[in-house]
Amino acid sequence: MTDWLFLAEVCLAGIGAGALYALTGVAFVLIYKATRVVNLAIGEILMLGGYAFLGFAAGWGLPAWAALPLAVLCGGLFGAVVERTLIRPMLGESPISVFMVTVGLGSMLVGAVELGWGADPLRLPEFVPNRPVFIGEAYLAPKVAYGFVAASLVIAAFVLAFRFSRSGVALRATAGDQGAAYSVGIDVPRVFSLAWTAACATAAGAGVLVGSIGGISPTMGVFGLSVLVVVIVGGLDSIMGALVGGLLVGLIEALAGAFLGGEYKLLATFGLLILILMLRPYGLFGTHEIERL
Amino acid sequence: MTSELPGSPVLKVEGVSLAFGGVRALSKVSLEAAEGTITAIIGPNGAGKTSLFNAISGFYRPAEGRILFEGRDISRLRPPARAKLGLARTFQNIALFRGMTVLDNIKLGRHAHLRTNVLDALFYWGRAQREELALRQEIEERIIDFLEIQHIRRAPVGALPYGLQKRVELARALAMRPKILMLDEPVAGMNREETEDMARFILDVKEEWGVTILMVEHDMGMVMDISDHVIVLNFGQVIAQGRPAEVQRDPAVVSAYLGSGDVGELSRRLHARQAA
Amino acid sequence: MRIATLKTSYAGDEALFDTKLQRSLLALFGLVLAVFPFVAGPYWLFMACLVAINVASATGLNILTGYTGLVSLGQAAFMGVGAYTVAILELRVGTPFPVNLLAAGATTALVGAVVGLPSLRVKGLYLAIATIGASVILHFVFANWSLTGEARGLSMPPARLFGNDLDQPFELYWVIVPITAAMILGAANLFRTRIGRAFIAIRDRDISAEVLGIPLLRYKLTSFAISSFYAGVAGGLWAYFFRVVTPESFPLINSIFYLAAIIVGGMGTILGGILGAAFMTMVPEVLKLVVGWFSPYFPDALAALAPIRTIVFGALIVGFLIFEPQGLAEIWARVRRFFHLWPFKT
Repeated sequence: MTDWLFLAEVCLAGIGAGALYALTGVAFVLIYKATRVVNLAIGEILMLGGYAFLGFAAGWGLPAWAALPLAVLCGGLFGAVVERTLIRPMLGESPISVFMVTVGLGSMLVGAVELGWGADPLRLPEFVPNRPVFIGEAYLAPKVAYGFVAASLVIAAFVLAFRFSRSGVALRATAGDQGAAYSVGIDVPRVFSLAWTAACATAAGAGVLVGSIGGISPTMGVFGLSVLVVVIVGGLDSIMGALVGGLLVGLIEALAGAFLGGEYKLLATFGLLILILMLRPYGLFGTHEIERL
Repeated sequence: MTSELPGSPVLKVEGVSLAFGGVRALSKVSLEAAEGTITAIIGPNGAGKTSLFNAISGFYRPAEGRILFEGRDISRLRPPARAKLGLARTFQNIALFRGMTVLDNIKLGRHAHLRTNVLDALFYWGRAQREELALRQEIEERIIDFLEIQHIRRAPVGALPYGLQKRVELARALAMRPKILMLDEPVAGMNREETEDMARFILDVKEEWGVTILMVEHDMGMVMDISDHVIVLNFGQVIAQGRPAEVQRDPAVVSAYLGSGDVGELSRRLHARQAA
Repeated sequence: MRIATLKTSYAGDEALFDTKLQRSLLALFGLVLAVFPFVAGPYWLFMACLVAINVASATGLNILTGYTGLVSLGQAAFMGVGAYTVAILELRVGTPFPVNLLAAGATTALVGAVVGLPSLRVKGLYLAIATIGASVILHFVFANWSLTGEARGLSMPPARLFGNDLDQPFELYWVIVPITAAMILGAANLFRTRIGRAFIAIRDRDISAEVLGIPLLRYKLTSFAISSFYAGVAGGLWAYFFRVVTPESFPLINSIFYLAAIIVGGMGTILGGILGAAFMTMVPEVLKLVVGWFSPYFPDALAALAPIRTIVFGALIVGFLIFEPQGLAEIWARVRRFFHLWPFKT
């Protein structure tokens, strides 16, 4: 019986971590849908969020309830600046070039953070209630549980905004056909800017949650690699895909980590990635673009 | 409606149908291109002309029907294998390789007939060098001189005006050692003078090179002037074919182009033909 | 000014270097490379070898990414395959080093072709991400296979030639630089033939290339194999140069380094791979020098060296992509064009 309990706990932890993957995945998909940019720096923006929180909470001594929104705001601002200065000049360039710009951006962020805070891992100040959480008999680390709740709320808000708000509709129109959206009077550059702002703000928030669980370090951007798998598995342009992919990758990592050993985590995720690419190249829910001669 | 064809067919399309999702692009299209002739395929936009070309070159796989080349069924062959047999083509929206010079674009056409392997290529000894130099000489003397493009051989294709790009595409197709040359709108977007040049080249290719030509074209003047046989496609079906003069008079063709007031009449005709 | 370019034979017109000036400059450069080891100190010899190894690998990646348009983030992992092959052959079989290098190239070419298989179904960024997946898996194999010495890696003896140990940069220079030069020449030759043309055609418009007689999958895999062969040989040279191969020797960031090198140098030009790899290898050294000047005034300057290098690395990628997307090779071409007409038009 204890084995089953252990399995349940591992799965719960996996789903909890998966929610954070899903949240970051949604941020990633948001940028991809609006601007067709594969943003490999998403992991580094996560990291930036974590360090910003640390700066506000530990550096300035602000309470968590003030530091968290400030970190999110920082992320959003950063996204807007990046879109305006690095992404927009690349409009019309090959997707690979823009992808490499985000790789370069990631590298600059890692360097900057290391310059400011050093290369060693740091812990974020505690701000999540510490009382253990039990679901049935299964124990779940409180941070993971609260992370899950927060991530779910944000994702739900996103899905609603995407479906019903004016900006959401503009964004979906832009994703469908940039030229057409532009010609019916949608301010496409504003949509780009909005998507980057919202996505980077979300990623920064996710960074605080991830950092509160595992601490923060300049190498934290590796999280972005798993997110890459998440969105490939789900389909680059599908919010639904990010959710399913996030939970799936979270579960697989947790199971591989618990039953095979920590070094198998990345192997399992990327094994899944190769499998999906061979079987369903455009992900579980992604759009397959038809080629014309 | 039918007229006896001058030569034996090089290319034969038998009852080819093609569908995209629910849309039928081609239904039971049959046609022949006789050796040493120019066959033109005409029809309104969206009639399925380019889809037919794509099916012949192997880019689309038809749902039914066969494609015979010199009597051999090539329906199962991949596009490169068809190219090697001598099926050469140009494209509606020019598919030149912008990263290469005119000369390299033309050389590329010969790809399937060259034998240089990776090892030869890395060392550029023996076979690779012999083959490249022979190819260069042949292209210069047979193709570049013929099409009068000596002055642009070193130019990157992206920088060329539209009319010249079309000519380079023809040159590349000629380098493929074609037995049949499929031209997709060879004079679209050209002015009068350029059109006349291109028509002259096409006629010369037929007469001097003995290459069978199948072309899709909207310029009726040119089609009627140079083709031996005209096939009219509408809504993915062959609605008429014959000598240029015959086709011009066909009421089905006139209504397909001008839009008949009586749509029912047109579709009755189509069904009657299908039943026959 | 560019003169004396009249050709009387097609062979003359098809030559790689077609003017006297080009040939004499090349001869001069060859002479400099031959004299260099006798005048340079051990540090510069070390750097020269490292540059040559990186040039070889970047040239290979340029064949795949710059010329064929298939983006790979697996070049470092491929170098790892080559390095481990050499180390295992040295330690377990004891074959002579030229054989080991060829075997490293061949093994890596095979691995590369397998990694290229997804290019059957996906392209662009999806393919790039598949190659990240392949890197992760290869890295796992390096770190967990008994044959590759698991996490400790492998230490190997120096290369031996005619009974001499090649364990100093001075000796290795005479092996590494000529091999790299031969590999560059091979790559340049490739693009004078149908193989290279097929690669460029696939990059520019792959579906039309197919209709023109180029079997896509075969050529994509060929490109992967050639590029990986280059990585494998470069990795083999790397192994002889450092003589310790561990799973940490070839991290993903190195793959990004090679991709950055060809972006900065200029994708799809042979010169680009050379300039880019040399430049990107030397930049961290120059930074070390500059930071060294500041260290008397800022006591923390040396500690900041690593992050500054990371930032500059990223900034170079971003800066070149935005301001000079054709890379250093294009700058060089501009200078040449200027002198074509000089002094009559300036």
